[in-house]
Amino acid sequence: MTLSLPRGLFALTLAALAFSAHADELQVAVAANFSAAAQKIAAQFEHDTGNTVKLSFGATGKFYAQITAGAPFDVLLAADQATPARLVAEGKAIPATLHTYAIGKLVLWSADPALVDAKGEILKSDKWKHLSVADAKLAPYGQAAKETLAQLKLTDAVQSRVVTAENIGQAWQFVQTGNAELGFVALGQVQPPDGSRVPGSMWLVPDNLYTPIKQDAVVISASKVRAAATAFVDYLASDKARVVIKAYGYSW
Amino acid sequence: MDVDWSADLQAVALTLKLAFVVTLLLLAIGTPLAWWLAHTRSRWKAPLAALVALPLVLPPTVLGFYLLMLMGPHGLVGQATQALGIGLLPFSFSGLVIASMLYSMPFVVQPIQTAFEAIGARPLEAAATLRAGPWERFVHVALPLARRGVITAAVLGFAHTVGEFGVVLMIGGNIPGATRVISTQLYSHVEALEYPAAHRLAAVLLLFSFAVLLWVYRLSPKGALLASTAPDGVPRP
Repeated sequence: MTLSLPRGLFALTLAALAFSAHADELQVAVAANFSAAAQKIAAQFEHDTGNTVKLSFGATGKFYAQITAGAPFDVLLAADQATPARLVAEGKAIPATLHTYAIGKLVLWSADPALVDAKGEILKSDKWKHLSVADAKLAPYGQAAKETLAQLKLTDAVQSRVVTAENIGQAWQFVQTGNAELGFVALGQVQPPDGSRVPGSMWLVPDNLYTPIKQDAVVISASKVRAAATAFVDYLASDKARVVIKAYGYSW
Repeated sequence: MDVDWSADLQAVALTLKLAFVVTLLLLAIGTPLAWWLAHTRSRWKAPLAALVALPLVLPPTVLGFYLLMLMGPHGLVGQATQALGIGLLPFSFSGLVIASMLYSMPFVVQPIQTAFEAIGARPLEAAATLRAGPWERFVHVALPLARRGVITAAVLGFAHTVGEFGVVLMIGGNIPGATRVISTQLYSHVEALEYPAAHRLAAVLLLFSFAVLLWVYRLSPKGALLASTAPDGVPRP
């Protein structure tokens, strides 16, 4: 296999970083939906570069508030595009480092293996009492679910049966415990790459029903280890990282 | 922002309704329980007292998570409520009431228990010599003597329910008019970076809480909330 020029340069950068005299420690704020994938990628990055990565998981909005208040994060892996863009606009993040590292996929899922059909027709029926959806104001998956319902012209029909979760993790809890028969969740939650596929039924919502759930990464301006932080953000676009990202149900 | 205001008001109204219902039910259940705990020599006293105090230890979201599992279709409580035809409790006002009762229980039981214990045996014995039966002794002697404890319990239970967050977040589902209370609405404003709306609601919550606590401290000028529940005229043991 021959190395393409950018890839070769990238490998060189990594090698240079790996052999540089001192290793840096990175503080990375990670949107909760990406936490499992981020752990894998961070471990690989540590192995490849010798830097240490400390991950904090949480809601993107909370991270925004913390970063604005001077929290010592070097990198933000957001669950959306708006928050990193806002940080850039406010001069708190470095524009050149901003890019989409993952695109999430929305599924309609039920713990009942027989409930959800391959076309999502179940949404139109009255065979269910609660539909668990993440808050559209707070969670990109919630926004995607809202758009999907609007596209299907079902917003009014299901409104009284919607239970709103604070984030996609909680939307998953509601539906996984069976308290809600149906839920809009992330593909990565339903099919974790360790093979522990949760029994149930699902409909992979077609891409044309919602705006792609693009998640952006950015380096924070206040970072004292900018080079390593930039290397980490670049690493997210490497083939190695993308294998992981795909395995967790995201595209890019 | 006008829309937000009405949603906020609805959350405030629902929160007050929840706190009222929970406080009334807790007083009804907590007073006999406190009486029993104050007087029993049963070996179940310690385990039951510990059980009542447990919500103080568990993080509310954890408590909420277990309630979600227990009350769900696969949980014991959920199966019981379904068998009784009540349906499932999560995402309903009744579910919130039950969860809040568990969560605020220690704040109601403990002040009343302390007050009952502080009365001591003598006033009750005196009443007994005047031929007062157990019920009369409880209603006409014990309760009036313990009234400060009962008021403190009511206020604390009410305030604690108003400020409840984690449990509601876990089992509520944020349904307007049914489970969307002040704290979850406030949290939702903060998370959505709607800071002006968040500040406004936080101010309401803080002022309210301050007023409640001020009232309680006025009621018991000696300061310490739980220690000051000794009734008038009865020396502490």
